[in-house]
Amino acid sequence: MSEKNVLGLIFSNLHDESIKDLTHRRTMGSVMFGGRYRLIDFPLSAMVNSGVGEVGVITKKNYQSLLDHLGNGREWDLSRKNGGLHLLPPFSHNQDEVYHGRLEALYGVWEFVTRSNADYILLSDCDIVANMDFGKIIDYHIDNKADITAVYATGNVRMDETNTATVLGVNDSGRVVDVLICPEMSGESNIALNVYVIGKEMLKSIVMDAKPRNLVDFEKDVVQARHKDLKIMGYYYDGYYSRISSMVTYFEANMALLNPENRAKLFIDGKPIYTKVRDNPPAKYGINASVKNSLIGDGCIIEGSVENCILFRGAKISAGASLKNCIIMQDTVVGKKCGLENVITDKNVIISDGRLLTGSAKFPLFIAKGAEI
Amino acid sequence: MYTKKECVAMLLAGGQGSRLYALTKDMAKPAVPFGGKYRLIDFPLSNCVNSGIDTVGVLTQYQPLVLHDYLGNGQPWDLDKMNGGVHALPPYQNINGASWYSGSANAIYQNISFIDRYNPTYVIVLSGDHVYKQDYNKMLEVHKAKKADCTIPVLDVPLEEASRFGIMTADKDGYITKFEEKPKHPESTLASMGIYIFNWDKLKKALIENENDPAQDKDFGKNIIPNMLADGNVMVAYPFDAYWKDVGTLDSLWDANMDLLNPNIPIDLYDPNWKIYSRNPVMPPQYIGPDAVVENSMVTDGCEVYGSVDFSVVFEGVKIGKGAKVNYSIIMPGTIIEDGADVEYSIIGENSVIGKNAKIGTDPTAVANRDDWGIAVVGHGINVGEGKTVCPKAIISENV
Repeated sequence: MSEKNVLGLIFSNLHDESIKDLTHRRTMGSVMFGGRYRLIDFPLSAMVNSGVGEVGVITKKNYQSLLDHLGNGREWDLSRKNGGLHLLPPFSHNQDEVYHGRLEALYGVWEFVTRSNADYILLSDCDIVANMDFGKIIDYHIDNKADITAVYATGNVRMDETNTATVLGVNDSGRVVDVLICPEMSGESNIALNVYVIGKEMLKSIVMDAKPRNLVDFEKDVVQARHKDLKIMGYYYDGYYSRISSMVTYFEANMALLNPENRAKLFIDGKPIYTKVRDNPPAKYGINASVKNSLIGDGCIIEGSVENCILFRGAKISAGASLKNCIIMQDTVVGKKCGLENVITDKNVIISDGRLLTGSAKFPLFIAKGAEI
Repeated sequence: MYTKKECVAMLLAGGQGSRLYALTKDMAKPAVPFGGKYRLIDFPLSNCVNSGIDTVGVLTQYQPLVLHDYLGNGQPWDLDKMNGGVHALPPYQNINGASWYSGSANAIYQNISFIDRYNPTYVIVLSGDHVYKQDYNKMLEVHKAKKADCTIPVLDVPLEEASRFGIMTADKDGYITKFEEKPKHPESTLASMGIYIFNWDKLKKALIENENDPAQDKDFGKNIIPNMLADGNVMVAYPFDAYWKDVGTLDSLWDANMDLLNPNIPIDLYDPNWKIYSRNPVMPPQYIGPDAVVENSMVTDGCEVYGSVDFSVVFEGVKIGKGAKVNYSIIMPGTIIEDGADVEYSIIGENSVIGKNAKIGTDPTAVANRDDWGIAVVGHGINVGEGKTVCPKAIISENV
């Protein structure tokens, strides 16, 4: 990556509404994923691995779990005297209202951005699970003298979800020439991955201009409305990603990690995904435990049978229990002789002995945090 | 600025651990991996932190690189403190030249100034190669209540094993009347665990006297304890009846790992109130493949298991290929067991490769003469070629 100073800004709350069950008491960024992670770990680790040493995390509401997860940023090597991790709770210029869109949020944190020495700002949300090389994207932005670079990938717009996709039309020279927000369409198209690079001065002019005009939405009011007068470049990302826009896609994105090829593309040697350390002991497999095609976090105790599952750290599966296609979040206890299929349990759920719970791949059964069944 | 600490811990971690052979060729014994995601030193360090002792000097000497690197600034144990915390204390040069630590007592003697900075009332001396969970604070309370100058935790060992230990004779209140280091004809079965709480003023005096007497060995068990007893200090035996294991040999290292898998042996690593801390690897969760069989085992982050694992302890980042079998074995971090390999009753060091269809170790019942059987050991960073055999009891420290 070039020697330019880059400030990363992560929006932890955008897309909360896509998976309401999981974001009821937390931000999108602090949603559990992949057996030991939270969604914010992916953009944050990628930033660190791409040499972006200064990152602000913009929050809106319910960010207690996020603060707890990130702490001072040490686990991402972002506990720094210069740069490092900065948590940016809502800061409102108009009464007590919190922001409504990306532009308004940026206005709220502009003082923080001003203090940074960065020349470029890298924006990312928490709805994309990927291990992007942001350095390449920043270089692309600089080489093309772009005003804004929007990252996109090939993907399917699915009408069975909450449909929050932004679809980009990109011409042969890489310029964004068309922008569709939440289009009523299906099939393969260029889906924006909600990652943008923009020069600090350019972003400043956009944010300052937007405030008096009461423009709040970056995609609609900037990328879409101004793609003719600004040079907006599309960066085609050809690596592995999954986009979480609903409970079903959340479920699928987790299950996709059971495929070794996907894991190899997400967990890349030399580009680790960092997360909060929990000091769990190793996972323990009891007598008669049977585990097939599953991802298991540390600290799990497994005495039953588990197939095609993702078990987060500290989950306990009792003897005789049988789990298939489940996501069991941390410290959940599944009692003896339970039968679970296509179930997602949030943290600290207790499922009593002998319960039978079944969802479907298209409608996984969700059990909320701390529930006792 | 240093404020007074009630108790400072001094952790002896400089020994070579020569009876671990290939496993301690390039690292000090306290840095040897243990229990799936720990190193031996995690146990005394975690005990300190859980007991409220936040100042720990770690005396290092033999192959300290891995150990120093592992300790870092002490953050994984919450020992990155402004005042106190963990300090690696290797031997150093002074105005009279440089001298290696010539014994456990000499190592502490050379670091009197480190201890004096914290002006402690008590000093606890610990060993870096014991696996156990102990609340040192409870022992300190007994030490205070009995107005002792030195308190030594003791295990009740079988009489026939007593000759391997420092043996105490104590009265019914626990006051020690006699101490013998490795006696031929033991009078008692109270064995010293090699852990001591001292009143710092008394210990300092004994260390200086010991150092000034050229006839002495500069060793706690051989000199300091008998000398202090002879000088009329109040010495107390503190009975310890929980799990404790000195992992000084390959057999005891293997046994102690297997103990973790035995539900009837009381060393619970899963107790949230007494966590054993360690430097955690940054790796994805472990993946257990579609045809894998994993039972009676501990497996940790970053592993990929496609074969079968039974009664084994598997450390972070280990890959076990299709059709490979790992039974009654310890596989240390980053090692690859290739397809079809058969590993039984073995200890495999870090970052080694066991080639396809290789056979390491064997079941004791498969050997005609029991004396020919033992744990097979492959050292760190060793390649065992495709189809090669490593016999039971063999210790491999070169590629085969």
